[in-house]
Amino acid sequence: MAQLTYREAVAAAIAQEMERDETVAFIGEDVARAGGVFKATVGLFDKFGPRRVIDTPISEQAILGAAMGAAMTGMRPIAEIMFSDFLAVCWDFVANEMSKSRYMSDGQLKCPLVVRTGNGGGSRFGAQHSQSIENWAMAIPGIKVVAPSTPADVKGLLAASIRDNDPVIFFEHKSLYAVKGEVPEGEYVDTLGTAKVVREGKDATIIALALMVPRAIAAADKLMQEHGIDIEVVDLRTLVPLDMKTISKSVSKTGRLFTVEENPRLCGWGAEIVSIVVDELFWDLDGPAVRITTPHIPLPAADNLEDIAIPSVDRIYNKILEVLK
Amino acid sequence: MATKQTLQNDDINEKKRLELYNTQYLIRVAEQRAYDLFLENLVKGTSHLSLGQEAIASGFANAMQENDKSFCTYRGHAHTLARGASVVGVLGELMQRDCGLMRGKGGSMHLTDTSKGVMGSYAIIGAHLPMAVGSAWRAQYLGHDDVATVFFGDGTTNIGAFHEALNYAVVYKLPVVFVCENNNYMEYTHIESITAVKNPAADRASAYGLESIIIDGNDADEVYRTAQKAYEKARAGEGPSLIECKTYRQSGHSRADPGAYRPKGELEHWKKNNDPITRYRERLIEFGIKQNVINDIEDNVKDLVDQATEKAKNSPVPPEDILTTNVYANGGWAWRN
Repeated sequence: MAQLTYREAVAAAIAQEMERDETVAFIGEDVARAGGVFKATVGLFDKFGPRRVIDTPISEQAILGAAMGAAMTGMRPIAEIMFSDFLAVCWDFVANEMSKSRYMSDGQLKCPLVVRTGNGGGSRFGAQHSQSIENWAMAIPGIKVVAPSTPADVKGLLAASIRDNDPVIFFEHKSLYAVKGEVPEGEYVDTLGTAKVVREGKDATIIALALMVPRAIAAADKLMQEHGIDIEVVDLRTLVPLDMKTISKSVSKTGRLFTVEENPRLCGWGAEIVSIVVDELFWDLDGPAVRITTPHIPLPAADNLEDIAIPSVDRIYNKILEVLK
Repeated sequence: MATKQTLQNDDINEKKRLELYNTQYLIRVAEQRAYDLFLENLVKGTSHLSLGQEAIASGFANAMQENDKSFCTYRGHAHTLARGASVVGVLGELMQRDCGLMRGKGGSMHLTDTSKGVMGSYAIIGAHLPMAVGSAWRAQYLGHDDVATVFFGDGTTNIGAFHEALNYAVVYKLPVVFVCENNNYMEYTHIESITAVKNPAADRASAYGLESIIIDGNDADEVYRTAQKAYEKARAGEGPSLIECKTYRQSGHSRADPGAYRPKGELEHWKKNNDPITRYRERLIEFGIKQNVINDIEDNVKDLVDQATEKAKNSPVPPEDILTTNVYANGGWAWRN
């Protein structure tokens, strides 16, 4: 095991895959010589050179289109969209092109590519550089959606995404880039579509994703210490494919479900999970399923306002306490 | 009356001229058939015909090598046929039958035949230009010698992806050829009335350091020669070309459009004086090709399209079990366990 930051794990995964597969190349704005605006791709340019690690113009449509054209014809490109908010200017390629070409061509066209993007709030960047848009991506058939919460998961799931034969939108949380954690050394590949129980418990289940995972764990620890309430936390890790088996097993055991989502309220991923649980596990539930989300607002820049918008440890703790007491 | 002198074969030999004619004639007959089938209510959904624009598809496809890639728009029947895709597959797809190129899952606007280098037809304006750039990047990256050609209409020159793709292709010197089919109309509106420059593609070329190229898109020889030059340049590692082909769409924008916005007499003028098929037939005669050779080509094409029509009509609709196939690479659609 090595101690790596979340951002170092990004570069480690890309390097691992570029070393084993010549068809993997990486494009994006400021990703090569500058090592990325979040410094998540430092060292790749020096190691692999300008043929494989390429600085592009600010042309998000060209970036995703080029990645797609290359993927269709034999490469496994990785494209970076600096902030996930910017996906809106090239959403055609996500919503209409890479997600549909295989189906429309009845399997003739393939599209093995990864779109990496900095997602989520906490940086005081305001409404156009802070969004959590993983739920937008989840709504589109034909793509896979990944959002890791730990450095180890970044390495393993990014490697798996690069090897995957479908287009994958890989959401890296900006507020997690500096977080350190144990990461397996040597070749390490995880499995898409697998959630993980990251804290075992018996009284209630929290389903969380990305930045909300450490906050859910902290809230669970506090509930245990202060009230003896024993919470199980499931890190979803992948929205598509969705690991309902792990979710169902946990909810059946605890009888209570909370989702903690950074996306704004309407049509957040938790709504889909609650809907499935209500459909399939209604009689296992001992009380209402509760969603804890960012309110349905654009995100503010001011730190005090952003902090009360995005679910915090205290908000998660208070809400669960209020519901369970 | 002085007899016209027979022209000597030039850089385009007789065999190639007959191929150029054959491709144009095939597109003409197949597109007319598509229109007739629409009137019979056998072509469902929408369709966008290339009647009057056949010389462009023929000239480029006949200049391509087998591994070259074509990226088309929703007006893509011509380019798909020109690469040698099966007529049954094309008409079958328009009729949304199981024999269609994509078994009815794509429809008229998304014709794809990767076995012939047709990497898809795309119905969001501009999207396929960056894709062609990506294919060219792959060719350059892996040392392949294929060139990507992307066909698009005059209206595409006013969307962002056009400009992003051109800049990107020039910056990285990629082997891609951008072909604007300027048929005068962006859907129902004359292109000049909504574009800052007179020649929507060629007048933008200088902004990307490219040569401004305007050709007669209704002259298959001129298209063919221009294509050859662009492919030589691309294969020599000298980067992209942008070619504006002047042409005229003889049909409506889509099947629902009678073309009422055209000035009186315009369509008749183009049909009478500047129809690519009529012009090329006359040229074949000028080059001393016998009428019976031309007749044979035309008869064979008609037979081919007739037989394809019958086959497509007799093909079943797609089976319901393909509704959920090929969403993901594992062949299925599962989004959860």
